[in-house]
Amino acid sequence: MVSPSLIVILAVAAYPIGYAIWLSLHQYSIIHPGLSRWVGVDNYTSALKSGAFWGAVKTTFIFTAISVTLELVIGMGMALLMHTAFRGRTILRAVVLVPWAILTVGTAMMWRSIVAPDVGFLNQVLKALHLPGANTVWLAHNGYALAVLIFADVWKTAPFMALLLLAGLQVIPDDLHDAGKVDGATSWQRFRRITLPLLKPAILVALIFRTLDALRIFDLPYVLTQGSNGTNTLSLYSYQQLTQNRLIGPGSALAVLTFIIVMAVSLLYIRLAGENLRAMAEEK
Amino acid sequence: MSSHAVARGHQRLRTRSRARTGRKRPLRNQVLLWIGVAATIIFCLFPFYWIINTSLKTGAELSMGRLFPAHPSLDNYSSIFKNSDFTTALKTSLIDAGCATLIALVVGSFAAYALARLRFPRKFLILAIVLSISTFPPIAIAAPLFKLWTDIGLYNTYLGLILPFLTFVLPLTIYILTSFFREIPKELEEAALVDGATHFQAYRKVVLPLAAPGLVTAGLLAFIFAWNEFLLSITLTSQANRRPVSAAIAFFTGSTQFQIPIGTISAATVVITVPLIVLVVIFQKRIVAGLTAGALKG
Repeated sequence: MVSPSLIVILAVAAYPIGYAIWLSLHQYSIIHPGLSRWVGVDNYTSALKSGAFWGAVKTTFIFTAISVTLELVIGMGMALLMHTAFRGRTILRAVVLVPWAILTVGTAMMWRSIVAPDVGFLNQVLKALHLPGANTVWLAHNGYALAVLIFADVWKTAPFMALLLLAGLQVIPDDLHDAGKVDGATSWQRFRRITLPLLKPAILVALIFRTLDALRIFDLPYVLTQGSNGTNTLSLYSYQQLTQNRLIGPGSALAVLTFIIVMAVSLLYIRLAGENLRAMAEEK
Repeated sequence: MSSHAVARGHQRLRTRSRARTGRKRPLRNQVLLWIGVAATIIFCLFPFYWIINTSLKTGAELSMGRLFPAHPSLDNYSSIFKNSDFTTALKTSLIDAGCATLIALVVGSFAAYALARLRFPRKFLILAIVLSISTFPPIAIAAPLFKLWTDIGLYNTYLGLILPFLTFVLPLTIYILTSFFREIPKELEEAALVDGATHFQAYRKVVLPLAAPGLVTAGLLAFIFAWNEFLLSITLTSQANRRPVSAAIAFFTGSTQFQIPIGTISAATVVITVPLIVLVVIFQKRIVAGLTAGALKG
């Protein structure tokens, strides 16, 4: 009964990966479509020697590190808030799902218009409040462009992180907190000594999901900056080589390298979190 | 002390501690709580409000950062519905995401049913496989699929997007459904079998109806995923007649080439998002359960 699913997954995921590796070992003629010759690992060595590739690696990792960290902090705050008993927390949970349900491309367009020079909302607010920076062309500066990209991603996915953490919070028995209170622990102490250790598996799972997602980021930089000004990520750079520059061999090599990097990070995570994941599976 | 008395003791202890914190949780904490709630709501909703706000503005007003449209108009909405590229894209998205979701539910429920009855060691293996497939970078299969689809005639077709969407939503569907199936007691099926039902009948008449909430959750999540997919959508289609909404919006053009037609884009975003938000809010509890089941339970 599992086989139909496996067949689809293998046919549309595993086979193309094999084909991508095959493509990446060839050079293709742009003038004569269909003409190709074997070049071995040449496409890989030239990618590994190029500054653009390492630039994309750096951007992707900086983006991932900062956005996932912010998402964890903000998501934790939201999760703790949603876990507190108060009237209307169901509404809060529904509200939190809104950014996640909105079309990413649509929101990217919106952020682009908000940070637009002169007429953008951000600059007009800065101008009205007489704050510095009202004339900044946000997406034309390396640091700022990346900051906008990170903010857009955090907005979209911090709520998702919050829901994953909330689920973790809900399985922590109330009794532990009550006992802590009786023993005179402050709320910070209770958070540090009771909540955090018990929440570790949920945090790890949320981190894995988000990190691997962030490493593949494509649509936000595609719409916001087209990869200019220090926002070119691995996926976007490979895409540009493949489709805009029609460099099928080198582009495929980049795509395979992206795949390898993401897989390496996920293996690393599974290795680090393996015990926790196993413990969780055993509980079930 | 009898267990009853212990329980009562606990109860007393708890009410006492609660009463104490009730006294100790002063106005300051209440204020902090509501500031947090307000901040979260603004953080989550303001950008969405801004899209709605923009969608109601036209002409010069679009470039004035006003919080409310001075002359709200529905022009942007009527213009996107007159734009055949948009309405076609809407239809394409419904077909692509809808078919991928339906097939994923049918095929995935078989797999999930089988997996729910497996023993632990293999479950961990499957968790690993599912994790690695759902973390697959789409860029890695974009070029080969593009070449392959061009060769076998799937480029720029419905099926050409349904298949890759299916690949990406299947692991998620299987994942969520497995955890739902596992909650259904085995005895129910066994009773059906004893009564002379075949395995398939037991599955269709007993298990599936009980797993309906799981199917709704998995279906909704799969649909949203396919609906939002962007990279493969722009790589595997070239003509407006087969381009889904996510790709179509990125290719909207303004009156001049360098101007983003933000009014119409906003209207389009609202149109394609509001139905999803309504569904998400209606099924809020189940989605949260499904997301967390998928993420937290092996």
